Amino acid sequence: MNMDTVSISDTSGDNLVKALKQTFGDRVLYEQSTYTGMPVVWVTRYALTHLLDYLKRLTAPYDLLYDLSAIDERLRTHRQGLPPADFTVFYQLMSITRNADIMLKVALSADDLSVPTAVQVFPAANWYEREVWDMFGISFAGHPHLTRILMPPTWTGHPLRKDYPARATEFDPYTLTVEGQETEQEAMRFEPEAWGMQRERDGAEFMFLNLGPNHPSAHGAFRVVLQLDGEEIVDCVPDIGYHHRGAEKMAERQSWHSFIPYTDRIDYTGGVMNNLPYVLAVEKLAGIKVPDRVKVIRVMMAEMFRITSHLLFLGTYLQDLGAMSPVFYTFSDRQRGYAVIEGITGFRMHPAWYRIGGVMQDLPHGWEKLVQGFLDWMPPRLREYERAMMENAIVRNRTRHVAAFDTAEALKWGITGPNLRATGCDFDLRKQRPYSGYDQFDFEVPLGHNGDVFDRGQLRIEEMRQSLRIIQQCVNHMPAGDYKADHPLTTPPPRERMLEHIETLITHFLQVSWGPVLKPQESLQMVEATKGINSYYLTSDGNTMSYRTRIRTPSFPHLQQIPSVMRGGFVPDLIAHLGSIDFVMADVDR
Amino acid sequence: MSWWTPQLTAIFWGMFQALVILLGVVLLGAVLTVVERRFLGLWQDRYGPNRVGPFGTLQLVADMLKIFFKEDWIPPFASRGLFLLAPVLAFASLLLSFLIIPITPGWGVADMHIGLLFFFALAGINVYSVLLGGWSSGNKYALLGALRASAQTLSYEVFMGLSLMGVVAMAGSFNMREIVAAQENLWFIIPQFFGFVTFLVAGVAVTHRAPFDQPEAEQELADGYHIEYSGMKFGMFFIGEYVGMVLVSALIVTLFFGGWHGPLLPPFVWFALKTSGFLLLFMLLRAALPRPRYDRVMSFGWKVCLPLTLINLLATGAVMLWVGA
Repeated sequence: MNMDTVSISDTSGDNLVKALKQTFGDRVLYEQSTYTGMPVVWVTRYALTHLLDYLKRLTAPYDLLYDLSAIDERLRTHRQGLPPADFTVFYQLMSITRNADIMLKVALSADDLSVPTAVQVFPAANWYEREVWDMFGISFAGHPHLTRILMPPTWTGHPLRKDYPARATEFDPYTLTVEGQETEQEAMRFEPEAWGMQRERDGAEFMFLNLGPNHPSAHGAFRVVLQLDGEEIVDCVPDIGYHHRGAEKMAERQSWHSFIPYTDRIDYTGGVMNNLPYVLAVEKLAGIKVPDRVKVIRVMMAEMFRITSHLLFLGTYLQDLGAMSPVFYTFSDRQRGYAVIEGITGFRMHPAWYRIGGVMQDLPHGWEKLVQGFLDWMPPRLREYERAMMENAIVRNRTRHVAAFDTAEALKWGITGPNLRATGCDFDLRKQRPYSGYDQFDFEVPLGHNGDVFDRGQLRIEEMRQSLRIIQQCVNHMPAGDYKADHPLTTPPPRERMLEHIETLITHFLQVSWGPVLKPQESLQMVEATKGINSYYLTSDGNTMSYRTRIRTPSFPHLQQIPSVMRGGFVPDLIAHLGSIDFVMADVDR
Repeated sequence: MSWWTPQLTAIFWGMFQALVILLGVVLLGAVLTVVERRFLGLWQDRYGPNRVGPFGTLQLVADMLKIFFKEDWIPPFASRGLFLLAPVLAFASLLLSFLIIPITPGWGVADMHIGLLFFFALAGINVYSVLLGGWSSGNKYALLGALRASAQTLSYEVFMGLSLMGVVAMAGSFNMREIVAAQENLWFIIPQFFGFVTFLVAGVAVTHRAPFDQPEAEQELADGYHIEYSGMKFGMFFIGEYVGMVLVSALIVTLFFGGWHGPLLPPFVWFALKTSGFLLLFMLLRAALPRPRYDRVMSFGWKVCLPLTLINLLATGAVMLWVGA
């Protein structure tokens, strides 16, 4: 068997870590070697905010708090060399100018679960810290509003702790008494003070408008409470958690292979785009290098989903501006896209088609014609959308300079993807950190200027054009070869080899029934998903299942940023902004 | 038969006409709800309702059955009397305006010398229906819708009246039949083009049709002032909107497009053809345009339409004085 493994170089030895050690001395505890592609530094919790501040003030600053979450380390067996910890909180910072990341980890013991808050340094930390509190019960000293964010306020327990059951059958049967119902109802009563809002100003009462979780323009189960003066938004508070399904918890009891279908449903308009960061991260752990054909097939299908997702965006975005017809046109285009996707993968929205070490099947006969039909159909339609809508005076009036923010503001709140590029920041992972062979493709990264609702819409039309360009190159230059890597950890293994002899049969049986066992390491893969940067941070403990799967989704910080741009706007502006963010609640709540 | 006087015949004939027109308009409003959905389907590359009866023709029957048999529900937090009054006002005020529309030389309900003024009065009453409906519902979305509606209607009624004064000046009368008669040789669309444009805008705004549907703005206010209404009370708002469309179309035809005048075809056919043309325009507007922000709608009314109507009125007056002199 051809062992086509790849050795992933350790990223230690970076000058930055040396500088950190010099500046902070023994407050920098340990440098962990991982497959995450960035230095991972354990620090003491007292030094944490200073370190974050230091990194943010560097000449080429780490100015984007990319992710913040925690790991329950109590059941982890392979911890050689790591500082002792019951829980770990990790902070992943990103530097746009350096195009580099760094991860800080803080070890905590179970009897003292508290970390100083990072909200003063990175405002985006607010929701992340609330999520860590909600899921792990780790408190953040000095946090302005440390309450549950994904679970209901009346919930008991912290679901992502290892001692919290993962299966419904491990709980007692659910009962709801009359008193219980009354307590739940009472907990839902809206108190402006609890949300940090005042009831009146200068003797004039504000109106509190509850928009969602069932509202035509909330794009799913999303709620915003508006503090209104007339129709002017004085303040607003987004409320999430209505779509929480515990995907990260599920990852801890699914085999590496059987978690793939769950990823499809994270950004449910993104289809196989969600599989990509997950399988790439797993392949890093497994040391699998996939054939070129797999890379190109993956890119092609991911770009197909970028187009169908952007078409959905475009239709609903224009509908939120009150235009009734475009959504029907974009949906019929999207239908043509799904015809192609269905022809190739056999499914429409959630194909779960990527596999560890390849894709599920080879491309069917005649796939070129199918894809080419779609490629020929789309460009005139995109032009039509521009002519009918983006050049329409009312649309321009509704969107120009509405909910505008600049690059600095975007980075402050952790905005990525098209919403970041609409501010003029040229940061597209497909160019900056090519994965799955994106460096072999010829395409441009469209940029906006004003970072307003209009730019966010126009930019996505342009992105669809670039995606069509990439797919065209896939059609023209599809490499020959296998659709699965020739590697012992490829799951499921190629079936043809199963019946060769008893050894291959047993291997196949084990791979399919138990799933592959991956070595204890940590890996992380980011991709430029449909809505921004999506990544899977996998911690393996040498088992058939993940020890911890952290899913960083772009929509989560995008929603957190809403109040900062909407203050002083009108209700219709908020609706336009919601339409232009392009979020799905499954991507926010996971 | 000495008691059967010609006056009595006239009275019965008038009542008969009124009844036919009343039922005709209500029925037309109801049919339009389905016709619009079919047309929107056509323009939006889809079928629209095509399941009930051949080509979906019986959809209206299904809708009617549904709406009649729905529970007549009043929210406990609503203010009952006003809540009930609002849809009646919405439906009745626009329907009553048909009193003044001359359909053909022989057909029409009333021949009033105050004609147009009667329409303005009823259009003024119509805004109360939205205001009361939104206010009495006890719902914040409804309240916002009602506020938008009253602000918008106030702004647009100012120049709606003024936009027609040119026509009145040229015809020398508020009477609709005299206005039609004055257009025998030249439709008022030519000399009163700006009057026509501004009246069209105001007409769309008065009926709360897209792109002036800010009071109900589904995406923003989740249907605005009638959010709490269901069953037949909602039906009256709904059909009322279509009756309003028919009314404004008929008014435009009467005031600017020569009413029943036209070669070869009988007067009624001309009237019907012209009116359906404008009804189609209403539907097409809804399919084609996004919704402007409501403060921009207001400033458009005050800063563009009002000055335009005033200039139009001044110019009309000046030309008439000059020609007259």
